[in-house]
Amino acid sequence: MSRLLPYPLLAVSLLAMWLLLNGLSLGHLVLGSVIGVAASNVTAALQPPRSRIRRWHLIPKLVAIVLVDVWRSNVAVARLILFPGQHRRVSGFVIVPLELREPAALAILACILTCTPGTAWVEYDSTANKLLIHVFDLVDEAHWIDLITNRYERLLLEILA
Amino acid sequence: MNHAADLPVWAALLASFLVLLGASLTLVGAIGLVRLKTFYDRLHAPSLGATWGAAGILLGSILFFSVLQSRPVLHEVLIAVFLTVTTPVTLMLLGRAALYRDRSENAVDLPPPLRTDGETRSGDSI
Repeated sequence: MSRLLPYPLLAVSLLAMWLLLNGLSLGHLVLGSVIGVAASNVTAALQPPRSRIRRWHLIPKLVAIVLVDVWRSNVAVARLILFPGQHRRVSGFVIVPLELREPAALAILACILTCTPGTAWVEYDSTANKLLIHVFDLVDEAHWIDLITNRYERLLLEILA
Repeated sequence: MNHAADLPVWAALLASFLVLLGASLTLVGAIGLVRLKTFYDRLHAPSLGATWGAAGILLGSILFFSVLQSRPVLHEVLIAVFLTVTTPVTLMLLGRAALYRDRSENAVDLPPPLRTDGETRSGDSI
């Protein structure tokens, strides 16, 4: 397993990408598998940090939560841009103390936060393990800290060991 | 691909709705980029186009071509994945560059540094 497939998830993702681009057929299945295995072996030379997914069943839950939150945030930000006079919007920075240290989990958190139009990831410090975000419509700092730690970070901690 | 007229009405309506939704959200994001006052506020506006703006157009495209070719056409999913994975790179680069500039100019209303000077410099900031 580990000799032939040092990064099984990468190999499977490459195969999936190959099949999505070329269509599903036996020939492409074989070719895609060869490419997936070969490419993931080449990547091993770079020695990327290895992360293990512990709880697969929580991934759909995280994806669903993120899709809904991103949609809500899209609507909220669009409304604030189109009708700026409705209420006085205050934007500002929030410092979020994190528990996560896994690079892959931090990368996913970065994707979630930057893809949510209401929040932007500005700075992260690994020594203090603190994250600085900029919030578009800042009403209550504690609300955002609570949202990130309890809604996303806890799930990410459970999913990635 | 000139068979758009063969598309059933329900699919045509749904696909147009999705594409229009995506295009409108992207437009609102572009308007925001012009109208918002501060740099940090403007960071948020393009996310509209990169998320549900793109998602609307891609879902419309998936529906249109899947119904037209009577088989699932899903390679648009890859566009969504790569867009999601690469957006943070640009946004973080811009955000950090702005923060660096503002800190070196001692601008007002800036957050305190995440690390106090007493702590050792073993970690990297990302």
